[in-house]
Amino acid sequence: MNSGIPLQYFLILATIMFFAGVYGFLTRRNLITILMSVELILNSVNINFLAFNRYLYPHKLEGMFFSLFVIAVAASEAAVAIAIIINIYRRFTTINVEDVNEMKF
Amino acid sequence: MAVNQIMFILFSAMIVIFSILTVTSRKILRAAVYLLFVLVSTSGLYFMLNYQFLAAVQLTLYAGGIVVLIIFSILLTSHISQNFESSGWKKNIFSAIAALIGAILSVITILDYRFSATTEAAKEVNMTLIGKSLLSVNYDGYVLPFEVISILLLAAMVAAIVVAKKGAPKTIGLPK
Repeated sequence: MNSGIPLQYFLILATIMFFAGVYGFLTRRNLITILMSVELILNSVNINFLAFNRYLYPHKLEGMFFSLFVIAVAASEAAVAIAIIINIYRRFTTINVEDVNEMKF
Repeated sequence: MAVNQIMFILFSAMIVIFSILTVTSRKILRAAVYLLFVLVSTSGLYFMLNYQFLAAVQLTLYAGGIVVLIIFSILLTSHISQNFESSGWKKNIFSAIAALIGAILSVITILDYRFSATTEAAKEVNMTLIGKSLLSVNYDGYVLPFEVISILLLAAMVAAIVVAKKGAPKTIGLPK
């Protein structure tokens, strides 16, 4: 299925996705959109792992299992982060990162 | 041009366009839907790389689970029609410059490096192989990370319930 497509194309695609996520992480001020940028970054890393696994080490499965575990970590991270965000919203009635600036109350 | 190259161009164009729209859209619900498109096209790329199991996991867990969770919390915490205020042109420009410089450096490095592929025969990835190596304790087994990730998922589940549940009744304030 991947004949005629060099490995570099996958890597460049993942690079663009990664730095789109970095840009969103730096400019967004809403906590949920920051979480979405983190998901973009994790997803681009998964593409890299799988492309390396398929092109350079097709007789092993390391990349596949690593991205499987990355997906599991991303899912649990999203669940905990959204629980925290909803709790913050309940207490401050906003999820703008610049208005949520006290940790002790 | 072969069919798989056309498919790759289609998927990568969708990923690039929608990931940039995800981080620049002014409406938060639209940003979440663009993120869904990015994740679905990524699963298409996994199908192209012949990792069918991981593509299915991506579709169900990312596109089905995380995006639904994000949309759910968006609906709980903000108004749908609400636009973001722009975060200041100075911050935008400097972030864009940082991201562009990083991207250009990475692309230069990628194009410069000579990747050397192995000559060993490719292993067919089927469900039997995945299940056996996930539970194997041999050299190429993954039973330890499997156990660690199960503990992590349990801890995350407990943490999500504890953090998000309402406080004790006295903080809610029952009238006396």
